[in-house]
Amino acid sequence: MRYVRKSGFYLGLFLFALFSVFPVAWMVITAFKEDSDLYNVDNNPFLYNLPPTLKHIEYLFTSTHYPTFLWNSLFIGVLVVVITLVLAVPAAYSLARLVGRWGERSGIAVFLVYLIPPTLLFIPLYQLISFAHAANTVWALVLVYPTITVPFCTWLLLGFFKSIPRDLEDAAMTDGCSRWQAFRRVSLPLAMPGIATCVVFAFALSLSDYIYAASFVSSTAARTVSAGVPIELIRGDIYFWQSLMAAGAIVAIPLAIAYGLLFNKLVKGFAATSG
Amino acid sequence: MATLELRGIHKHYGAAHAVDGIDLTVADGEFLAILGPSGCGKSTTMRMIAGLETPTIGQVLIGDQDVTHLPPRARNVSMVFQSYALYPNMSVAKNIAFPLKARGVPKAERDARVAKAAQTMGITALLERSPVRLSGGEKQKVALARALVRDPALYVFDEPLSSLDAQVRAMARSELRQLHDRTKVTTVYVTHDQLEALGMGDRIAVMKAGRVRQVGTPKELYGAPADTFVAGFLGSPPMNLIAAEGKIIGFRPEGIGVSRAGTPVASDQFAVTARIVELEFLGSTWQIYAVQGAGEAAQKFIAHVSPQVVTTLEVGSDHVFTVPRAELHLFDAKTGLRVTA
Repeated sequence: MRYVRKSGFYLGLFLFALFSVFPVAWMVITAFKEDSDLYNVDNNPFLYNLPPTLKHIEYLFTSTHYPTFLWNSLFIGVLVVVITLVLAVPAAYSLARLVGRWGERSGIAVFLVYLIPPTLLFIPLYQLISFAHAANTVWALVLVYPTITVPFCTWLLLGFFKSIPRDLEDAAMTDGCSRWQAFRRVSLPLAMPGIATCVVFAFALSLSDYIYAASFVSSTAARTVSAGVPIELIRGDIYFWQSLMAAGAIVAIPLAIAYGLLFNKLVKGFAATSG
Repeated sequence: MATLELRGIHKHYGAAHAVDGIDLTVADGEFLAILGPSGCGKSTTMRMIAGLETPTIGQVLIGDQDVTHLPPRARNVSMVFQSYALYPNMSVAKNIAFPLKARGVPKAERDARVAKAAQTMGITALLERSPVRLSGGEKQKVALARALVRDPALYVFDEPLSSLDAQVRAMARSELRQLHDRTKVTTVYVTHDQLEALGMGDRIAVMKAGRVRQVGTPKELYGAPADTFVAGFLGSPPMNLIAAEGKIIGFRPEGIGVSRAGTPVASDQFAVTARIVELEFLGSTWQIYAVQGAGEAAQKFIAHVSPQVVTTLEVGSDHVFTVPRAELHLFDAKTGLRVTA
């Protein structure tokens, strides 16, 4: 009986893993295919009917600006994460500790800002960006993404900081810490799962955004992966499928692994603070 | 080790006066219990001693040094919280070592002192565990170990036993008191539980509405309460208070004589005629609930009598309750303050 239940569990797990891996695996398989293999409808799309080739990946790196896009995305992503944390952590902490009605109301007000869709905001924001002489540079996006990430992350962290009892900080202060040390040694480590979530959210958002990236930046040198790749690899009605898939997989796979590792830590963090 | 002195302490939050003028002196090595109902300002007072709040008016002196405006870390006060406030992201050992680490004590000395504190509290086996998985009693011991690992000038306890089971609480009470007798560190112990205050305190300060109503040894407070509030707060059940002869008259449930209505009363006895509402079996004694008068003017009181007496009583009918006049406590009907007959 136990054996049956256990094998059922693993079967479920296997099916779930298959489901998750399937699109990524298809991307990877496609990226190495010859054109004549890919475009023959009689061929099995999941197998190599002709020997795999590296030429589309070579094309991606040598004949497009993909390396520049990669670098821009990474640069913007890291800066957006830093700006988000620098603004959202102190904001959330002070709102959480601000007693009375105003703390809660401000928290909700901050969150409401996040709900305004980018399609409404990108025209007024473009004016601000031009005013700051940042249009057409990576800085345009570095400045704009925090308008989404900071409110959301502040609201998210607000919940985390609220769940940390004040007694813990009071105890740390009577144990010999200053206000700042009590925050850094006790509250901040306990909010780590929330902060990790914010890192993932802010990075993923700046990587996946299309509307701001496409509208604020027109020079190729400042484009990100999400805006640059479709512009360079979809020409009219011609899709460079293999290079497109490669461009996607190269970003997606390392990120998936990094998030997986981070998620493990997250769960451990949750387990340590609850119960 | 140090004395503690509070001079004219006030704490105002806008119009609300949480603490409204407290003067209190705690001698070196003394165990002072601050007793009061919730919201009486006792926790605020304690937080001002620890430095977590700054008094609106007044001074806090520890060992003759004015610490009113010093932050908690500069006061060397060890505080034990009602919630224990153990750091959930650290092991028990790291929790106990935390105050030492914050003060920059070297690692080798830290380890030695943690081991000693753990041994004192009997929690050596728990050192590597996470505090999250401990029982209430174990958490409380860890919190105490963390408080005593450094040599504080003063301990302040904020209802440290109130989240324990009744049985564990009685044990913890005697352990705490023994700990104090060994270390002789000045201690302020805040509680709403009169049993803890009576059992542990060298002296008790009874607080109500931001003021200290009476300070004294448990016997003084029990034997001569300064006002009706203190009288009605100490003892279980507390002193009976009824209005009679133009005063408020207090008498303990013990030592009350009961006889059938109409029985003549000696002149040295205070007598009340009241109806018995209910009899309750408490093991060695019986508890009588009695009501004098009716409606708005009805006054209730409680008497403890022996099983032999109970057999002569009848629920629902009037009886004469007598107390020797020498054992009465008299209070002013308006102010509630104790008066001498």
